[in-house]
Amino acid sequence: MEEVVKSSAVIRRKSKIYHANAMSPVSYYVLVTLLGLTSLLCVLPLLLVISVSFSAESNILRDGYRFIPEVFSVEAYRFLIDDLDKITTGYGISILVTVVGTFLSLLVTSLFAYPVSRPDFPYRNQFSFIVFFTMLFGGGLVPWYLLYTQAGLKNTLLALIIPHLVVPFNVIIMRIFFTNTIPHALIESAKIDGAGELRIYSKIILPLSLPVLATIGLFQMLAFWNDWYTSLIFINNPKLVSLQYLLYKVISDLNYINSGTATIQAANAVQETLPSETAKMAMAVIGIGPIIMVYPFLQNYLVKGLTVGSVKG
Amino acid sequence: MRNIIRFRVLFLMMLPALAIVIFNNYIPMFGVVLAFKNYNFQDGIWHSPWVGWENFKYLVQTDVAWTATRNTIGFNAVFIVLNTLGAVAVAIGLNEIRGMKLKRTFQSTILFPYFISYVAVSYILYAILGQAGFLNSTVLKFFGMDAVSWYAEVKTWFFILPIVNTWKHVGYFAVVYLAAIVSIDTEYYEAALIDGASKFRQMLHITLPMLAPVVIVMVLLQISRIFNADFGLFYQAPLNSGSLLPATEVIDTFVYRNFLLNGNVGMSAAAGFYQASVGFVLVLLTNLVVRRVSKENALF
Repeated sequence: MEEVVKSSAVIRRKSKIYHANAMSPVSYYVLVTLLGLTSLLCVLPLLLVISVSFSAESNILRDGYRFIPEVFSVEAYRFLIDDLDKITTGYGISILVTVVGTFLSLLVTSLFAYPVSRPDFPYRNQFSFIVFFTMLFGGGLVPWYLLYTQAGLKNTLLALIIPHLVVPFNVIIMRIFFTNTIPHALIESAKIDGAGELRIYSKIILPLSLPVLATIGLFQMLAFWNDWYTSLIFINNPKLVSLQYLLYKVISDLNYINSGTATIQAANAVQETLPSETAKMAMAVIGIGPIIMVYPFLQNYLVKGLTVGSVKG
Repeated sequence: MRNIIRFRVLFLMMLPALAIVIFNNYIPMFGVVLAFKNYNFQDGIWHSPWVGWENFKYLVQTDVAWTATRNTIGFNAVFIVLNTLGAVAVAIGLNEIRGMKLKRTFQSTILFPYFISYVAVSYILYAILGQAGFLNSTVLKFFGMDAVSWYAEVKTWFFILPIVNTWKHVGYFAVVYLAAIVSIDTEYYEAALIDGASKFRQMLHITLPMLAPVVIVMVLLQISRIFNADFGLFYQAPLNSGSLLPATEVIDTFVYRNFLLNGNVGMSAAAGFYQASVGFVLVLLTNLVVRRVSKENALF
């Protein structure tokens, strides 16, 4: 009872101070305007891309890129239907790699983080260090590439998945979570009840760790979805082109023409097979689209994850 | 030995991650010997002839290696300053916004660029900088200026790249700093208010000092990686334009270009080794400093 009275007093006191400590209306509006402008700068470029993708090509050729389409048109998207099989392949590969990669990554990371979080496991620090050391030193691109190539991983989906599976930072976050939120007594009592290690992991640890699994899962989803670098290095089979890599190829073909290395004829020849300016922007929208749709959900979790990580990185 | 039997299931659980880390990270570490070899495909990594420091000599002689090093450190230094100043300002500003909805909206939109890939960023940038892009067709036209070929103007990229990097990352750091500001005990502000401190003075004497340890750690972490450039930003954002290389070549793109495009295994390996070892020393130094600043934030 006393506590209730006390806490309501705190609230009253806080709300008073909140008013007393408020900024002057003028400076508050200046602040809101400044932050509003910053926010606009972060999303306006994307709106430009979207609006160009819905413009008529002839307008863009005459006036250049504009924020407001003079004539609304979906001709760019209709144009892309010719490349539909490439786009669907891209989506298919990206979704497959993201789903399988995220699942495997969570599995492998938690299977490693759990033992090294156990206070009774004698080698926990040594094993953590093995993973942690990879943050400090690496062999570099050349040996890494040669290893993957010699292992026959070139042009395989494994080459897109394996490099992202174990992220030391995720291992650290998960280990901290296990250590802090799962009391060791719980594991002990489960053992007394006759549960094996795997049963403890699957029936106790994982269900209690849904917040950290969700956070790291979303981090990993983003990493797999946005990855184009491993494709750039390991993939030249058209059937294995992910969505981001497809985007990369479309715009790098364009650069090939712009850079002036191609002769005029070659440029003209390529130009005909290339999508138009608006189609390019439509391509970008197709590539960014899924992120925009899941963004509200994603960012909520990632903000939580970042906050966890910043408490102890 | 008894321990191994007792914890055998735990060892088995760790096996997949260990196998991946050994394959993906440890085996390539031995590949650094390539930096001291004249690699050829018949002999493979182990049987190719040793050449001592030959590859490094070759590397030092190229002007590009120097340009790449200069760009890597220079850009990263600018990025660290801009990200930190920008993010601290945004975080402090966001913390003062009273409406929860407004605050959430601002935070979400500023964080948004962090979520899209560099390929998508390169499209957005092209929409702004391309020949018919927004800058040329609208902004420069409005001021009566001629169109500029941005993808050929080397000097402008010393400004464009930091802008792009800040645009993409400021939201991320702002979230981290905002979390730290929110956790500052409100009693400090109450006391300051009673003493008649203005909002600005509170920021100066409470918020910033309380935020300092987090900022210092974040900055040091970035310094430890100052030798690693963001490949996506430097390769993808300028659309790999050859004429921009004096401004956009960094060690990572240099290694990629020389190895996968020009097939120069030895020199690329040497550049990679140089990057990895300087990076390693930097991480160790950083950790030493972090231990001094705040022990619980040290990496090891």
